[in-house]
Amino acid sequence: MFLDILLVLDSTLRISAPLILACLAGLFAERSGVFDIGLEGKMLAAAFAAAATAAVTGSAWLGLVAALGASVFLAMVHGFACITQRGNQIVSGVAINFIAAGATALLGQAWFGQGGRTPSLSGAAKFQDIRLPGAESLAQLPVAGPIWAELISGHKLLVYLAFLAAPASWWVLHRTRFGMRLRAVGENPAAVDTAGISVAWLRYRALIVCGLLCGLSGAYLSTAQGAGFIPNMSAGKGFIALAALIFAKWRPIQALLACLLFGFLDAVAIRLQGFDWFGLGELPSQAVQALPYLLTVILLAGFIGRAVAPRAGGVPYVKER
Amino acid sequence: MAAPAIELIGIDKRFGPVHANRNIHLRVEGGTIHGIVGENGAGKSTLMSILYGFYQADAGEIRVNGRPVRIRDSQDAIRLGIGMVHQHFMLVEPFTVLENVMLGVEGGALLARGRARARAELQRLEADYELRVDPDAVVGDLPVGLQQRVEILKALYRGAEILILDEPTGVLTPEEADHLFRILARLRDEGKTVILITHKLREILAITDRVSVMRQGEIVATRETAATGAEELAELMVGRRVLLRVEKGPARPGPVRLGVRDLRVVDAQGVERLRGVSLDVRAGEIVGIAGVSGNGQSELLEAIAGIRAPAAGRIEIAGSAAQGLDPARMRALRLAHVPEDRHRMGLVTRFEARENAVLGYHNDPRYGRGALIDRAAVLAECRRQMESFDVRPPDPFLKVANFSGGNQQKIVLAREIGRDPEVLIVGQPTRGVDVGAIEQIHRRLIALRDAGKAILLVSVELDEIRSLADRILVMFDGRIMGEVPPDTDEARIGLMMAGVAEGAA
Repeated sequence: MFLDILLVLDSTLRISAPLILACLAGLFAERSGVFDIGLEGKMLAAAFAAAATAAVTGSAWLGLVAALGASVFLAMVHGFACITQRGNQIVSGVAINFIAAGATALLGQAWFGQGGRTPSLSGAAKFQDIRLPGAESLAQLPVAGPIWAELISGHKLLVYLAFLAAPASWWVLHRTRFGMRLRAVGENPAAVDTAGISVAWLRYRALIVCGLLCGLSGAYLSTAQGAGFIPNMSAGKGFIALAALIFAKWRPIQALLACLLFGFLDAVAIRLQGFDWFGLGELPSQAVQALPYLLTVILLAGFIGRAVAPRAGGVPYVKER
Repeated sequence: MAAPAIELIGIDKRFGPVHANRNIHLRVEGGTIHGIVGENGAGKSTLMSILYGFYQADAGEIRVNGRPVRIRDSQDAIRLGIGMVHQHFMLVEPFTVLENVMLGVEGGALLARGRARARAELQRLEADYELRVDPDAVVGDLPVGLQQRVEILKALYRGAEILILDEPTGVLTPEEADHLFRILARLRDEGKTVILITHKLREILAITDRVSVMRQGEIVATRETAATGAEELAELMVGRRVLLRVEKGPARPGPVRLGVRDLRVVDAQGVERLRGVSLDVRAGEIVGIAGVSGNGQSELLEAIAGIRAPAAGRIEIAGSAAQGLDPARMRALRLAHVPEDRHRMGLVTRFEARENAVLGYHNDPRYGRGALIDRAAVLAECRRQMESFDVRPPDPFLKVANFSGGNQQKIVLAREIGRDPEVLIVGQPTRGVDVGAIEQIHRRLIALRDAGKAILLVSVELDEIRSLADRILVMFDGRIMGEVPPDTDEARIGLMMAGVAEGAA
């Protein structure tokens, strides 16, 4: 039983990591006043870029660089549409999702001819588990040993990075000039403008951070968690991350916790597949898989109170009068 | 003589077809308070925005302390020692006072060090200019008077020697405004230069050393304040003689037409915004509600109009119970409502004037049967209203957004008054309306009163309430503080508005 719980928690961490990265990506964009429903598309594009590059070069690191590049590129497209051209942020985000879904499948098929998939990755083309010191020797200790060896140790680099990214984001937002200006521009861009700071450049920088974090998230999907790209492998994670962002009321530490909760629900759902409910038979697997989404709806509808979005969110900045 | 702090030479600015500033020449001497008056749309704010680098002039030269300068953005203006307190505060509400003051001049990539320095500097400024604010208070929680002080502190913190204030008293109580004037006088005595933009003549006369009048994008005159008066300035602003006082005879109150008993309204956050308001408005009188905005006046109007359901209490219109009715039923009881915010509630600005002329009355059989609208009847009605209220231009097919504020307000008034209501409730009838139209609107309200209608008037302009109303009720924090006659002195009403003194009701 203890081991069961550990295994569920262990997979919670694995499932949560890309959510956390994407959620923080959305946080940077939205705290600066740019809604970004294109997280999903950026993750997908990054996942494809990472897997394709890693498959060709055999290096997961080069894959990661490609992922960051692809994701930041899409973030800049979003920025150009929403900041420079003052377009509708939702429309731009939807467009990026569609483009990413279509282009990755198309390019995948054209380059590798495996129905949109990239070749399976192995060895250095894939991020490996990191064994923390003492994982073997301490494993024999009661309780703490298995927790260290099974739960804490043995994850990919990007998982650890995801968990560090949350406090780091908090620090950036609240302890640095960039963070303070970013929070200000999401609330009242006119105040930032009259203080002599460029609203556009500030928001572009926020979107660059957003792109980088989405890039990490996408690379994790295809070169760390998985071993190659599968069409539409992001499977709505970008949207779950957005839900978590609202649930967390746009705060980084709460975002981490929200993503862990959603990850946990997913992990439980996987665990419950094929589970015999006290002799009543199995729950249909679709129902179990729907569980996290169902809970998301319930949590968002009823349990978070009023979520106050950054006030200037979604509105292109135009000097008045 | 020292060079003027600011000198504008031939400033010209167009926005498309609108000539906002024409060949402006202006000298502002250092160490003085210089007022700029003019009607809404006269180009005052545009001129100051050019000075603050928000816009670029199409032509002309700006000199600061005698040196020609180019001001391309706010950063340039700040570097030249120009600070601006905007009409709509440029504050980040969830931030503390300290954070707002620091924004843009943080003094390093990390906040910690700059924060300590800003705190010390802020304390010095507060002591020097009597600008007391708690540096750790969240700005969104502060009353507007204090928020304005934060704006002034922001400018001073950036080393402003020249301070521009754009309509600074619009949101203040008379008492807060007086405090602001003391601060401004103090700043002048310390050698700072203050430019005060306003359309309120009283303020100009109270505080400035010199005043320039703008009309239709031009500076039409500059006067020593001591050598001019309200009548002359008003004439210069409008370009013709205006009656500042409203001519009216004594009221002849009849029976009660609008009765409100112990009305309570609770908002969406569960806060009680009206805490038991009772009042009567009789036929043939105007009852004015004075108060700083946000003390329940809006809720009172909305509850009477049927837009907001009261939590408790009774409303009677011409003798029949009306609480909890929807606005259409209220209208059927011959209640007319001119809402406070004409853009949000009074008009659909993207619609044409003729459509707006019948909004809310479109089910009236006069304008069509069943689902169809009789366009000819609507057009005729609109033409009639426009003529009766002198709406300019009298074009029923023009989108309402393209009318000036005064003419938009006339469209709303024409629609509501045109139905010959028994009770009229009016919110901010002259907000954003130029002096000429104000005169007209006031005359219509008095005429309606003299025709035996009951009028409830809500306005944040105390002068307006005092000149129109036959009785004044002062509201504070969701309650009526008391009733006073309209000739009560302003300071006393001001104290009641601040919740300090009870009225002798």
